[in-house]
Amino acid sequence: MIVARGLGRDFGAKHVLRGLDLDVPRGGFLLVTGPNGSGKSTLLSLCAGLLAPTAGELAVAVDRGDIGYLAHEPLLYRELTALENLDLYGRLYRVPERRERAGMLLERFGLWDARRERVGSLSRGMTQRLALCRALLHEPDLLLLDEPHASLDADASSLVDALLSELRGVKTVLVATHDPIRVGDLATQALALA
Amino acid sequence: MTYFSDVFALARKDLLLELRSRDTLPAMLLFVVSTLVVFHFALPTDASDTAETGLLWVALLFTALLGLVRAFVAEREERVLDGLVLAPCDRSAIWLGKVIGVLAFLVAAELVALPAYGLFFQPVGWELVAAVALANIGLAAVGTLLAAMASAGRARELLLPLLFLPLVIPIVVGGVGASVTDDPGRYLAFLGLYDAVFAILSWASFEYVVTE
Repeated sequence: MIVARGLGRDFGAKHVLRGLDLDVPRGGFLLVTGPNGSGKSTLLSLCAGLLAPTAGELAVAVDRGDIGYLAHEPLLYRELTALENLDLYGRLYRVPERRERAGMLLERFGLWDARRERVGSLSRGMTQRLALCRALLHEPDLLLLDEPHASLDADASSLVDALLSELRGVKTVLVATHDPIRVGDLATQALALA
Repeated sequence: MTYFSDVFALARKDLLLELRSRDTLPAMLLFVVSTLVVFHFALPTDASDTAETGLLWVALLFTALLGLVRAFVAEREERVLDGLVLAPCDRSAIWLGKVIGVLAFLVAAELVALPAYGLFFQPVGWELVAAVALANIGLAAVGTLLAAMASAGRARELLLPLLFLPLVIPIVVGGVGASVTDDPGRYLAFLGLYDAVFAILSWASFEYVVTE
């Protein structure tokens, strides 16, 4: 599903990723770890097609509409409600029965009661849960999750753990995290960036 | 039809955001009216019609710029543009949706600006209304593309005017020309041609502006 050879990405004079080789098969679960600034988020952005490599090659065998991307930022409009955000994304991602799908995800992530609240008024944890709903809305084949447990309380973190267990083997998943113990058992391969 | 339904959803979203945040339109209205008031007192009483018309176009241009500076603020916050770019819809739909939103704000500002101009300076003729209507399309088309470009940079407030103002000089030429000559048809046709050429160029190149 993802093949990288000598992958590199520079930002000006700064080399964030260099000479990275990677093979993630369909249904694989890659755990990406490393300190701040090691290139975890950059790798996920490259796989999403939001950044272009400055060195090497990267092939991602999936259309962009089949990628579910959870970034540090929620990629949500602050002045729209949770439901309006999901409805807009559902329309743009061609989700069949998008309202039902959005409702199901909001219910699952404990956001149903907050569905008519604007994103700007939600707590960080709730926003993160809503961002997960957005990333999962179109049932993507490839999930790129950048610190999915960030800002989540224990209950919400358990929800994410359960979700990742469900996705293991069914979807291709890349998880960048500072907490490898939490998802380490699920990973089929690991990449430690320095 | 899916393309236009995407465009409609994106334009509707922009209008809804403005309705809730009221960040852009009130600023544009206040700016255009106060500029016309300042021009009214700054111009000598024997100023020519051409000078007055020229100042109206300056006011309209900078009002458009004010709206365009804020056009991609909501997308820049929380990196929403990345989410839109990843969607499988045609990326030009993002541009067209935004153009419709910008156009709506421009028209709203001009609904106040033109009567104010009529009040402070001279009556508004059909030539001026037609020129403003045609100019809006060009301003929104080019401005939206450049606003998207500038939003990726750090010095966006500086970059946008530097890119935008030279490119819209033909609009000022056409707009003033259509408003003051006895034969406005030539200038209106020129504005129409500008709209067609730059709308097609902006529509076709937006994809490359929002991707690396």
